[in-house]
Amino acid sequence: MLRTRNNNTGRAGKKQSAFKEVFRRLRKNKSAMVGLCVILLFLLVAIFAGVIAPYEKVINQNVKERLLAPCSAHPFGTDDFGRDMFTRVIYGTRISLFIGVLVAGASLLVGGFFGALCSYYGGIVDGVIMRFMDMLTSLPSILLSMCVVAALGASMQNLLIALAISQIPVFTRMVRSSMLTVVDMEYIEAAKACGTHDGRIMFKHILPNAMGPVIVQTTRTISQTILSAAGLSYIGLGVQPPTPEWGAMLSSGREYMYNKPWLMIFPGIALVITSLSFELLGDGLRDALDPRLKD
Amino acid sequence: MFRYVIKRILLLIPIMIGVSFIVFTILNIVPGDPARVILGESATADEVAQLNHELGYDQPFVTRYVNFLKGVITKFDFGTSYRTRDSVLEDILTRIPISFKLASFSILLAICIGIPLGIFSAVKQYSLFDNIARFIGIFMASVPPFWLGMMLIYFFALILHILPSSGVSSLKHYILPSLALAIPYASAIMRFTRSSMLETIRQEYIKTAEAKGIPESRVILNHALRNAALPIITIIGTSFGGLLGGAVVTESVFSLPGLGTLLVTGIRMKDIPVVMGATVFYAFMFGCIMLIVDLLYAFADARIKAKYSK
Repeated sequence: MLRTRNNNTGRAGKKQSAFKEVFRRLRKNKSAMVGLCVILLFLLVAIFAGVIAPYEKVINQNVKERLLAPCSAHPFGTDDFGRDMFTRVIYGTRISLFIGVLVAGASLLVGGFFGALCSYYGGIVDGVIMRFMDMLTSLPSILLSMCVVAALGASMQNLLIALAISQIPVFTRMVRSSMLTVVDMEYIEAAKACGTHDGRIMFKHILPNAMGPVIVQTTRTISQTILSAAGLSYIGLGVQPPTPEWGAMLSSGREYMYNKPWLMIFPGIALVITSLSFELLGDGLRDALDPRLKD
Repeated sequence: MFRYVIKRILLLIPIMIGVSFIVFTILNIVPGDPARVILGESATADEVAQLNHELGYDQPFVTRYVNFLKGVITKFDFGTSYRTRDSVLEDILTRIPISFKLASFSILLAICIGIPLGIFSAVKQYSLFDNIARFIGIFMASVPPFWLGMMLIYFFALILHILPSSGVSSLKHYILPSLALAIPYASAIMRFTRSSMLETIRQEYIKTAEAKGIPESRVILNHALRNAALPIITIIGTSFGGLLGGAVVTESVFSLPGLGTLLVTGIRMKDIPVVMGATVFYAFMFGCIMLIVDLLYAFADARIKAKYSK
């Protein structure tokens, strides 16, 4: 889909031009660019959180300063253990982005692998894998994650596993249907006739041409995963306090909702902005990758 | 048509068996010791072994699964809770009405907000209304229901004192939780309605209808909406699935004693029969919703109807 142009140029040149083309169209989309900039900003914040404030400030308790309202020293106030909420929200960026990207990446790899197998071999392989995925999707994804947490116990690592398992069927389906449109193309037949082996055809010829919808789905998954992770942590089935995860922070701020609303306002806003940015970027990418909108 | 309905209903059976098997496998995959969880650390090894035997945990995995399935099918027996020793089925049945009310109010609200806004947005494409609706739509889709719930409690219950923040004693208690749950999904439904309507409005037969002088409202509601309905039905179905999951977290924000709260406490207490029972019930509800969606689909799409009407 992406590379139908310049089919005769060299590999490197082709890659660059496809990427450039998509980026050029993406750049025209203002809301997608806002999303991208916010994501980059949050990434920087996540990477350099240690420069802004030491991690001890996030964990160590300071009873003298507990539950302070937002002021110049503590722009987001302090929580019930006297920890600075601003620093905690900043470190929360690290955790949420880490969870979102890692889960989306892992489920893309595993789901993509199964989806590729299904579409390429068809028949019984396709039937068995897809029926299994159907079973996984006959539960709402967050409930599937909850079951996995129920079995493994609540921790950051188990949360990652649980969320990834719930997203694998989505990617399997997506990659499968997206690749099915490519599998019957003539150039695949040509590659087969040349005796190229299956793995190479699958990953070199089919996959790159079926990537468009998958990229869009990946950004969506990051956004949804960040929200699900926060939800699970909120009910105590995800990241455990005192780790500064936004959902866990909201959960501990709940008791003080009436008098100390800042404890629930700031982590929530951070959560919404992060998820919204990925959502905007996803929408922009969808439009930029859609060949029907090519100008 | 009748044949299709029967076929689709029968399909629910293998789905439920598959789900129960997957959930059973996941919950039993970790080599835990249920008797140890029930009796605590102070129990002797003999007592633990005795209880494990009583509960059937010394049997192989497949036997246990078959026994569970037998119990459910023949006696509606989902086992007893480790913690309270109550029948899991009774626990679930007392909580179902609450979760059912919450879920149905929310989805109705989401449909009533989402579809009209989506239609209006599509008809007035690129107008001020459309731009605002689209922005709010994408914004609200990124707001998690549990946080929206907290904010609603803060404004309507704690500041304005006009609505209760928790409990289930009257319908008024359901307003805030339903709103919190409905708004994110309403925005998803709105976005889908809009794009589906936009695609339909551009079709030739809409132009024909307009050219014939049929009033615009009739063209939109009778000609366009009917043809745009299929993707809208699909998104309502998938939203309902997400909504059931979101309800679990929302119930705990508003302290509603529903199925979700039961599930969460069950997970925290490692009360496997409760988790198993609640999850299977959720899967059953989800399966029924998907069944209804498929049937609606068949009714809305003449092609599917024709295929089975012979």
